[in-house]
Amino acid sequence: MTAKGKVYLYLVLFMFVLSLAAPFLPLHKPETIDLDSLQKPPGFAHPFGTDHKGRDIFSRVIYGAKISIGIALTAAAAACIIGSLAGLAAGYCGGMTDSVITAVVDFTMSFPALLLAIAISVVLPPGIHSAMIALSATGWTSFARLMRGKVLTVRGLSFVDAARAAGCSDARVLFIHILPNCLRVAFVMMGIKLGGFILAEATLGFLGLGVQPPAPSWGAMISSSRAYILTAPWTVFFPGLMITATAFCFNLYAEKLKETCDNRMP
Amino acid sequence: MSACGGATIRIYILKRILVLVPLLISVTFVSFCLLKTLPGDPVYSMVGERATPEAIESIRKEIGSDRDFMSQYAGYLGLLAGGNFGRSYYSNRDVLDDIAAKLPNTMKLALAAMAIAIPCGLAAGMIMAYRRGSFIERIAGMFTIGGVSLPVFWVGLMAMLVFSLELRLLPPSGTGGFKFIALPALTLAVPAISTLARVAAASIEESMGLQFIRTARAKGLSPLKIAIFHVTKNALIPVVTIIGLEFGSYLSGAVVTETIFGWDGIGRFAMQGIIMRDYPVIMGCIITCTAVFVVVNMLTDIIYHYIDPRIRIHDGKG
Repeated sequence: MTAKGKVYLYLVLFMFVLSLAAPFLPLHKPETIDLDSLQKPPGFAHPFGTDHKGRDIFSRVIYGAKISIGIALTAAAAACIIGSLAGLAAGYCGGMTDSVITAVVDFTMSFPALLLAIAISVVLPPGIHSAMIALSATGWTSFARLMRGKVLTVRGLSFVDAARAAGCSDARVLFIHILPNCLRVAFVMMGIKLGGFILAEATLGFLGLGVQPPAPSWGAMISSSRAYILTAPWTVFFPGLMITATAFCFNLYAEKLKETCDNRMP
Repeated sequence: MSACGGATIRIYILKRILVLVPLLISVTFVSFCLLKTLPGDPVYSMVGERATPEAIESIRKEIGSDRDFMSQYAGYLGLLAGGNFGRSYYSNRDVLDDIAAKLPNTMKLALAAMAIAIPCGLAAGMIMAYRRGSFIERIAGMFTIGGVSLPVFWVGLMAMLVFSLELRLLPPSGTGGFKFIALPALTLAVPAISTLARVAAASIEESMGLQFIRTARAKGLSPLKIAIFHVTKNALIPVVTIIGLEFGSYLSGAVVTETIFGWDGIGRFAMQGIIMRDYPVIMGCIITCTAVFVVVNMLTDIIYHYIDPRIRIHDGKG
């Protein structure tokens, strides 16, 4: 991993930390309605302008970072854990377990991912959790498939036989000997998924699912400002720019991650 | 397709089609379960606030929501078996008719997006592969990562702002001919161009190192001829797969794009159904989309079989 690749990850994490620290920074409150400054164009007092309720877009965008990035990180971690465990079980146990897990993975993948995420977040009560669950429920399959393949390769190596000959239990072989050799691909996969999760979360917010207004989620901000695009285009422009910048950083990071990994990654 | 058998591939196709049936039935079951756990009762949103309990009861009877879950599901399967998706709770129109009217619009949009994405993506991919390490390759690389980082709905809104509201070149929304399809198709094509370019570049670079290219060069063929007839032709195989796989993302992207541009396709129809809790519409759309997605994936596999002599579908491995 070159230092250059990590810079992109640090940028996003900096945004996240900034967002967590936002209440202590000299910013406008993101949910304060100010009827004296409706739809003010970007200027000195409001660097990104204000929306149709006079709320400061700059501070809303900063506050929104913890929601959007937080959801993407949590969903990626959850998808990674669930998918990896499923993949480990399928690859190590084989037989019936493998068939069932592979069938479930194939079935889940037979839905277009975003449609499935939309369907799930429609069913769940709207909120941060519904977006997280929808994203991890659609994202775990790639981890499961990848881990299963990796476990199948590692399982055949001689050090696993050696461990088994030394009398290690199945759990010990799996978690102490096989798992550490598979962690790297799971980690790279997580990096690859993050950019997509940011976009998917924004799309759910835009469609009115997931995080609900007035919470400053980037997707929901665009959705509620859509009607004013002609009179106040900055209300749509800046949240979208933030989504793009974050996804861009994650994707660049993933690109560098992939270079360090000799496996061919999707 | 000579020696290794037309029969094998026919059996394979038949197998895939047979698998399709239980798959689609499980899709109906899962989506039916999902819908039944939805908060809110569609009957209340149908009759409004002032309905008498008798009116509510009679509508329950009419749409069958007074029965228990399994008999409702059995009833729905019976409906499907008769080649019917039922009627919309609101417009009372036949859902299958509506989908049959709207699906071609979505297909048109997807095809238009592909018509933009494939040439642009391939051209960008070739530039990236043949000019590796150059300035222009780095710029193209950045653009392709940028392309997959753009939220579709934002691109759509910005395109609408620039081309329709500021320049007044194209209509902001509606369904129709070339003028209407240009913006939504362009919006859908942006991420597809990037994905295609990256896959094409990686694949071209890989085939450049192969033996037969060296042979072609040794034969004295011009670099341009080699690039077009040998490398690119060989490199197209993974590109075809990606085009097939991307089709699913066109369908998902269509939900957003169609909603923004008021394009009268199946994605917008599904979104309206979701908002109105119109169960027959949601079910019909999910089943249709999944069926299209699975069939396209199957076709991709079959095309793959024909264009790549190294990957043949065999009886045993099938």
